[in-house]
Amino acid sequence: MLETHSLTASYGQFKALFGIDLTIGAGECVAIIGANGAGKSTLMRSISGVLKNAPGMVVHKGTPIGDLPADAVLQRGIAMVPEGRKLFPSLSVEENLLIGGQIRRGDGRWTLETVYDLFPILKERRLSPATALSGGQQQMVAIGRALMSNPELLLCDEISLGLAPVVIRDIYAALPRIRETGAAVVIVEQDITRALAVADRVYCLMEGRVTLTGPTASITRDAVHAAYFGDAA
Amino acid sequence: MIWLDTIVQGLLLGGLYALFAAGLSLVFGIMRLVNLAHGDLIVLAAFIVLVVVEATGLNPFLSALIAAPALFAFGWALQWFVFNRVLGKDILPPLLVTFGLSIALQNGMLEVFSADSQRIPAGPLESASVDLGAVTVGIMPLLTFASAVAVIFALNQIFYRTALGRAFRATSDDPVTASLMGINPRSVFAMATGLAMVIVTIAALYLGMRSNFDPSIGPARLIFAFEAVIIGGLGSLWGTLVGGAIIGVAQTVGAQINPEWQILAGHLAFLAVLLVRPRGLFPRAVD
Ligand SMILES: Nc1ncnc2c1ncn2[C@@H]1O[C@H](COP(=O)(O)OP(=O)(O)OP(=O)(O)O)[C@@H](O)[C@H]1O
Ligand SMILES: [Mg+2]
Repeated sequence: MLETHSLTASYGQFKALFGIDLTIGAGECVAIIGANGAGKSTLMRSISGVLKNAPGMVVHKGTPIGDLPADAVLQRGIAMVPEGRKLFPSLSVEENLLIGGQIRRGDGRWTLETVYDLFPILKERRLSPATALSGGQQQMVAIGRALMSNPELLLCDEISLGLAPVVIRDIYAALPRIRETGAAVVIVEQDITRALAVADRVYCLMEGRVTLTGPTASITRDAVHAAYFGDAA
Repeated sequence: MIWLDTIVQGLLLGGLYALFAAGLSLVFGIMRLVNLAHGDLIVLAAFIVLVVVEATGLNPFLSALIAAPALFAFGWALQWFVFNRVLGKDILPPLLVTFGLSIALQNGMLEVFSADSQRIPAGPLESASVDLGAVTVGIMPLLTFASAVAVIFALNQIFYRTALGRAFRATSDDPVTASLMGINPRSVFAMATGLAMVIVTIAALYLGMRSNFDPSIGPARLIFAFEAVIIGGLGSLWGTLVGGAIIGVAQTVGAQINPEWQILAGHLAFLAVLLVRPRGLFPRAVD
């Protein structure tokens, strides 16, 4: 459904990605792992249109979209939960969700009701300013906000970062219900064990290149270790 | 009694300054753009309302209603084709562009409308007044103040009760993340400047009916507007009304003591507030 072809990205003079080839099938769950600074978030930003590329570097259902702005990418059904959550501090929890649903595609499953059903605590806090919530609750808002557009592809950048293990468990518990809708999910995750547990396939990035890819079932810990740290240590 | 009268007149005058300031405040709040041509845009709108009055023979209020959509479109295009190109991390280019626009507008208006001072004819309304017991107030100042309250109330409704307002606030918080929500920040900015020009039209209507105007008076209106916004606290619309009222009262009180002190007293009040509350009276929590 989505492919990148020799995707490159740079920040000024600094090259962050060197020719990434990635495919995501409909309904698939793909994990992207890699050390700090490997280029995971840069890859997410390139797909979601925050960073622009040559058109053919990102192809969605046969259409080159590498040069589209983020709002046009969202309209094609690709939503992102950005790194650091990036909730709107001037908006309440409910308004953050509503703004995610400002562009709705068809009559998909996700509405305020179903998001509150997925994360009941948000209903209780619906009128609070979004940034008054705990980290875990804020992450739920960020996920709910992205779901509100009924995406076919959901990009999640580090949804467990900085959260307590019980909270991470709650958030990951939502993943099967998100996938039930048929949406493909990409998770960027530092926690390798968790990533391998939930994903169908995995890509490991190091210094802007893919160092390992394959179905999670076929991948050994040693191979991941080597790909992650760059040596066979 | 003379002092009560002075203060009431000052408060009502503050309504005019709040009208000058509301558009400036709106644009600054959403895109952190200080539009140095704001005063000249008010004068331009006053000329346009005058042209409509003269061409159609309609009363000034209806004429402003006719002019407003055109000025909305003008503001939208100004943002889309000019300001959007220079907005970015560096705050200097937009300042320079609006400064250039200010000069261009003044010279353009001088060419088209000449340096003669003009007035939008308001008929008997100009001198009508009502007796409120303790004080007698002019209908025109009263209407101005009521319009300022109505404009600010309406803006607040738009901000906090509509999808457009939600998009305004989200884009103001973080344009990049807003674009991930399917919002095009450039078109949100264009809507905001269009809306600001509608408010400018209302401000221009009262400016033109209450006093003479000519192409050169824009920068002084900008200063009053700017002071009202800063006193109120950047981003607070009701604060802008309070800011306008403070400048208005300071001016009428100053003038009561010595007619030459009117303008100076307003500026002194501005300085005094800044000394005590550098972020204004009602600063926004975030920023
Ligand atoms: N806005 C930016 N300007 C300049 N360089 C950047 C910028 N963002 C990221 N980089 C650099 O690009 C490289 C890749 O960064 P990226 O954020 O994509 O990594 P990451 O894999 O997401 O890391 P993390 O696990 O820390 O989130 C890093 O070397 C980083 O320093
Ligand atoms: Mg990252």
